[in-house]
Amino acid sequence: MSEAAVQTKDVTPQVSGAPKAVDALQARLDALSLPGGGFTASARADALARLREMGLPGPRDEYWRYTDPRPFNAPVPQPIPIEAREPDSPLFLDLPRLTLVFVDGAFDAAESDDLSLEGIEIDTLAQADTGADHWAKGLYGVLEASGQNPVKRPFAALNTAAAQDGVLIRVTGKPSRPVHIIHRRAREDADVTWHHVIRVEEGAELTLLETGMAGARSNGVIEADLAKGARLHYIAAKRAGHQKLGNAHLFARVAAEAQLKSFALSVNGTLMRHEAFIDIVGDDAVAHIAAAVLGDGNVGAFHHDDTVFVTHGAERCESRQVFKKVLKNGAEGVFQGKILVKPGAQKTDGYQISQALLLDERSQFLAKPELEIYADDVQCSHGSTTGALDETALFYLRSRGVPKDRAVVFLVLSFLADALEEIEDEVLRGQINDRLEAWLTRHGNQ
Amino acid sequence: MLKINNLHVKLEEEDKQILKGLSLEVPAGQVHAIMGPNGSGKSTLSYVLSGRDGYEVTEGGATMDGEDLLEMEPEERAAAGLFLAFQYPVEIPGVGNMTFLRTAVNAQRKARGQEEISSGEFLKVIRAKAAELQIDADMLKRPVNVGFSGGEKKRNEILQMAMLEPRMCIMDETDSGLDVDAMRLVADGVNALRSPDRSFLVITHYQRLLNHIQPDVVHIMSNGRIVKTGGPDLALQVEDEGYGDLLAEAG
Repeated sequence: MSEAAVQTKDVTPQVSGAPKAVDALQARLDALSLPGGGFTASARADALARLREMGLPGPRDEYWRYTDPRPFNAPVPQPIPIEAREPDSPLFLDLPRLTLVFVDGAFDAAESDDLSLEGIEIDTLAQADTGADHWAKGLYGVLEASGQNPVKRPFAALNTAAAQDGVLIRVTGKPSRPVHIIHRRAREDADVTWHHVIRVEEGAELTLLETGMAGARSNGVIEADLAKGARLHYIAAKRAGHQKLGNAHLFARVAAEAQLKSFALSVNGTLMRHEAFIDIVGDDAVAHIAAAVLGDGNVGAFHHDDTVFVTHGAERCESRQVFKKVLKNGAEGVFQGKILVKPGAQKTDGYQISQALLLDERSQFLAKPELEIYADDVQCSHGSTTGALDETALFYLRSRGVPKDRAVVFLVLSFLADALEEIEDEVLRGQINDRLEAWLTRHGNQ
Repeated sequence: MLKINNLHVKLEEEDKQILKGLSLEVPAGQVHAIMGPNGSGKSTLSYVLSGRDGYEVTEGGATMDGEDLLEMEPEERAAAGLFLAFQYPVEIPGVGNMTFLRTAVNAQRKARGQEEISSGEFLKVIRAKAAELQIDADMLKRPVNVGFSGGEKKRNEILQMAMLEPRMCIMDETDSGLDVDAMRLVADGVNALRSPDRSFLVITHYQRLLNHIQPDVVHIMSNGRIVKTGGPDLALQVEDEGYGDLLAEAG
């Protein structure tokens, strides 16, 4: 499957389409209320200029060939009933953690914990942005801007320009509890733009959890800056809204000896796009990005796209991309992943695997794995597979008396195991595993 | 216990007849061995009896305790007391050996209308049985068969058999890939399970396993049929003379 998608040059003149595209962008912007911003004011203005220059994506953009951008381009989203979601109770409730609750994208102090915790400074964006100065000034929109090259990410620029709220976290020590960001919905038609900035200082560590569903449509950006020897463990498990529409971006800069681990669980969703841009800039750093995705076309259209870029710019660094999608009843999955090894990034160890388990013949998976290597002493591998359940394994389990439905659940969990392994904490991994199992059991016979 | 009558089986996907009128009866408490050259249909017989997809029964049938085996799903056959020890046990990453086995035990109990076994009780029983088979606690916690050696996989099959307590055990070339010590361990495990209401059908290429698991009856299978049936001596005869003369004699 290497370099599977052949690039075709598009020679159609687009002159006549250009004014329309500008109109579409203007309509998109008009539907938002763009905050002027305090300390973010110039970053927001720059982002808006970037966005106007690149425009909204169209189906001819190379990285939008497999995913239709129109629902993201539309001025407003379709309303989604609040109840249109899986019946699971919220995750991580019984764990010690510091929670921040956002309702329709706005911070809700009354529902949240006290934000003081040793080893960490937490502010919320809307609140902090009333002032002209903040430590996050050097990062807000900065990592996003540098992640615009070589591939344009217009919705990330739109996010920087329009973000309503989010968290600003500076970690200076090793806080005793994870920070848990919870999104909740109140309005059926909320169009939410959230933006987090995370700075993990030298030798500091943070586990960040993010759950819930932000709105009928959501656009998220995380900018994470890891200083030397810092560790950030990010686990996202977005609420399984049936018709949700959203894109989320993770921009990370990883310094020497730092370690980034990101895991995302995605369940259901009409159109989801997760982009990651990981820039490894210091020697001996580690970056792991993983996802487990479950889609059932029977609860509504399902399309999930992971578009991942990992750039190695230093020596002896390790990166892993582990993306697993389970698709049924016409669900669609996309993976576009790239490892770029810059000149001089010797002893790079880069690994990428994207796999889909198709539980019927109507579902499909499109993968475009890419390697681009400019150093000569590196070890990089990538693989992509699409397959059905292993009949021999299914028979083995059933021959022991395990009923077929249950055997299928076992085999799907087995398929997802590599991705879940990227969650270091056993308790967190166990809860995610239970969530997957519940979904699989519920969607077993449909 | 197990009755196979004039069984004809072909592959579903291609027009290839594998079993061509096989008849066999294993009474309760007995151990029967099936020996035969490669390609005689031994593994197919084990798969058809345990319900694997991909085979079509064109004639004849098989019953266990008078019930039509071939009508049942694989898990129903298991709950009815049938067990197949695989020639190549399957690796299942991400699923713990213990979780898998407890699910299997409880699914069977549920299907039989019995109460589920508690995790404490299960743990006690599995630890004792694992110790007899020299399976350490670490192997129980590891994913099913992942990273197990050939011998460990076969011992794990016997552990499953011991935990599930089937009444009709089919063993498909359980001796393949085992050294002498491992074979003895496996045979001891099987012998410990022998009882007046449990039967075994031991499929093997070689006589040596039958030194450790003494059969009551030995069948020689060739070209999809049983061509000769006799006592334990028949296995020794195969070992000494090979299949050639026997098959020629059987016509």
